[in-house]
Amino acid sequence: MSTPMFGRLLPTVSRLTSRTITTSRSSQFLPSCYQWTRFSQRSFSSGSASYVKKYTEDHEWIELDADGKTGTIGITEYAAKALGDVVYVELPEIGLEVAKGDTIGAVESVKSASDILTPVSGKITDHNKVLEEKPGTINKGPEADGWLAKIEVSDTAELDGLMSKEDYDNFEKE
Amino acid sequence: MPPYRGFRPLLAVSSRACKATSCAPRRELSSLINSAAQAPQSSRLSTQQRYAQPQHQCRSTPLSGLVRCSGQSTTVSPRRAASSSTSASEKELKRTPLYDLHTSLGAKMVPFANYAMPLEYPDLSHRESHLWTRTNASIFDVSHMVQHRLSGELAEEFLMTITPSAIDEIEKHHSTLSCLLNKNGGIVDDTVITRIGKDSFYFVTNAGCREGDLAFIESEMDEFLKSKGNPMDKINWHILDHHALVALQGPAAASVLQSLVYNDTEDENYDTSLDTLYFGTNRWLQLTLPESGMNTPSLLISRTGYTGEDGFEISIPPENGDATELATSIAKALTADSSKVRWAGLGARDSLRLEAGMCLYGHDLNDTITPPVASLGWLVGKSRRVENPTPPFNGHEIINKQLASPKTMPERRVGFLVEKGPAAREGAEIVDLEHDNEVIGHVTSGLPSPSMDGQNIAMGYVKNGFHKKGTKVGIKVRKNVRKAEVAKMPFVESKFYRP
Repeated sequence: MSTPMFGRLLPTVSRLTSRTITTSRSSQFLPSCYQWTRFSQRSFSSGSASYVKKYTEDHEWIELDADGKTGTIGITEYAAKALGDVVYVELPEIGLEVAKGDTIGAVESVKSASDILTPVSGKITDHNKVLEEKPGTINKGPEADGWLAKIEVSDTAELDGLMSKEDYDNFEKE
Repeated sequence: MPPYRGFRPLLAVSSRACKATSCAPRRELSSLINSAAQAPQSSRLSTQQRYAQPQHQCRSTPLSGLVRCSGQSTTVSPRRAASSSTSASEKELKRTPLYDLHTSLGAKMVPFANYAMPLEYPDLSHRESHLWTRTNASIFDVSHMVQHRLSGELAEEFLMTITPSAIDEIEKHHSTLSCLLNKNGGIVDDTVITRIGKDSFYFVTNAGCREGDLAFIESEMDEFLKSKGNPMDKINWHILDHHALVALQGPAAASVLQSLVYNDTEDENYDTSLDTLYFGTNRWLQLTLPESGMNTPSLLISRTGYTGEDGFEISIPPENGDATELATSIAKALTADSSKVRWAGLGARDSLRLEAGMCLYGHDLNDTITPPVASLGWLVGKSRRVENPTPPFNGHEIINKQLASPKTMPERRVGFLVEKGPAAREGAEIVDLEHDNEVIGHVTSGLPSPSMDGQNIAMGYVKNGFHKKGTKVGIKVRKNVRKAEVAKMPFVESKFYRP
C-alpha cells in the first residue's frame, strides 16, 4: 500500500490498477490539467497499487485481501484529519453479520462522534484491538495500522459500486 | 450558587475618543460608531437559523457528516460544504475583521452562525489547544458575537422588563450575566450586560441568535415605548457591527496583556494595573503595539470569559468603518510570544466552556426553558424576587414561583460524569436504571474532557427528583446504556480573578 502522505501530497496519482477503467469513465468530467498530471504520473504509481481498494462517500475504505474474499475496513486519511484527535473507537463484535451500510462501530474525537458504516455486506471476522487502548493509532495511519475491522465479504460485486481512490479524491475535494 | 458567573463574552465597544490623543496615532472613534447598523436588518439573513451552534450537535452520524458535526454548521452548507475553506457556501458567509489573519495562519474555517469562523489552527490539535488554554493562554476571535449599545433615560427600565437582573444595582464598569426573557419566562438568549455610564449600557448576545434577538428586542421596545407614550428619544439602541472582539484566556493572560497596557506617566490617577481589574469589571485601557511603538485608542477591556480561566475580552472599534487593521495588530501583539499565547478556535472554546459548566445557547438553553429550570436562578436579582417587581420583568410570575417552590419544575439542568467509553453527547437519552430504563431526560452537551484525562462529562435536563448530586442514572449512547452520575458543575474549577 502506498503511504498515506504520498496519497495526500499527490492526490491525483492513482494508486489503483483499475485506473484504466476509471479513466474512461471519469476523464470527461475532469479538467485537462488534471488528466495531464495523472498520466504523467502513471509509471510512478503503478508499482505500489493493491488489487482492490475502494472508498465510500461516508469516508470509509475497504481493501480486499489476496484471498479475494476478506476485506479490511477503515476510515480514510481525509476523515481522520477532519475528525481530529481520535479519543475513542467502538469496534464491531467478531461474528457480527452485517448488511452494506449498517453501523459497525464509531470513532470519536473530543468534538464529535461518527458512525462507521460497512461498505459491503458480510461477517465481521476480526477487529483492531489496538484501537481500544490506543485510539490515536487511527490518526497516525488511518489507512494502515489504524484499520478497524476485517469482514468476510458475502458478495464481492458490492465492491464494484464503490469509488476508486481517484474518484474518492475527487469527491473529497468537491 | 455555582461560581461560574460570566459565561458569555463581555462586550466592549469604544464609543469614547482616545484617552491620550497626544500619543495615539489612531483616529478618534466617536464618529465611527455611526457606521454601525442601528436597526435590525431582518431581511438580510433570511436563512439564518437561530440555534446554529457548535459541535456535537450530531452525536453520532456517519463519517460523511463529520465535517458537519465538527463544523457546527448552518443550514447554508450542503452536505460537505465545510470541508474546505474555499467551499461555495463559505463565500456567502460573513467574515470577522480577523478572517484574513485566520486564513493566513492556516486555520480550519467552518460556518458558524452565518460566519466563517476558525475551528482550529494547524499548530495545535483541538485537545492540545484546550490544554494550552488551561496552562498558558489562548486568544479567540469572538467578533461574530453581537455587540449592542443601549442608552437613554429609559434604557435601564427597559432592560429590567426583558431581563430578570437588578440592572439598577449594577455599578459603572461592572457587568452581570443575564438573559433575555420572553413573556413566558423562556430564555430568548443569554447575555452579559455592562453599565458604561449613568444611562448607558453595553451588552453582547449570541451570533447564532442574532436575527431572533433583534426582532425580539425591537418588538419589546416598541411595546415598552408605547406604554410610556412613545418617548422615542429616551432609548437609543445601536448594534455595533464592524467591531472586533477578542478573548484572551488562560493563566498567562494577565501578564501578557499587562505588558502591552500603556501606562500614562502624566496621568497617575488612572489605574492601568490589571491587579485591580477584577472578574466582572471592565476599564478603558490603551495598548502599546510593540511593532510600531504606537498606542491603540482606548479599548473597553473586560475581565471575563467563557473558559473558566482568568482572562479578558477586548472590544476593538473600527477605524473608518473597518476594525481589520487594528484588530490584526492587537492580535499579533498578543500572540508575539508563542511560548505563551496561541490561537484557539471554536473547538477548544466549546470543550473549555463545558468543563466550566457554562451553557451554550441553542443546545443547553432555548426559549422554552426558564432560568430556574436551567439552574440559572441566580440570574434573578434578589430585589426582583418579589410578588410585584418594579418594573415587572417578562415571566416574573412563573419564574418567581419556580424559585419559591423548586419542586414545581418538571426538570432541571445538571451535570453528569459518565463511565469510561463513548462520550454521551447532545440528544442522548437519560434513563432511570431502576425502572426499566424509563427515559427521564436528555443530554444537551457532552464530550470527553481534555482536562480530566478523557473523563466523559455532560450536561442535560433530568426530571425533578433525579437532579441531586450523586444520583445514579443511565445514559443511552448508541445502543448501550452507560452508567452516569449527577455531578456538580463546573467540572473543572474556575479560576476567575476576584478580590
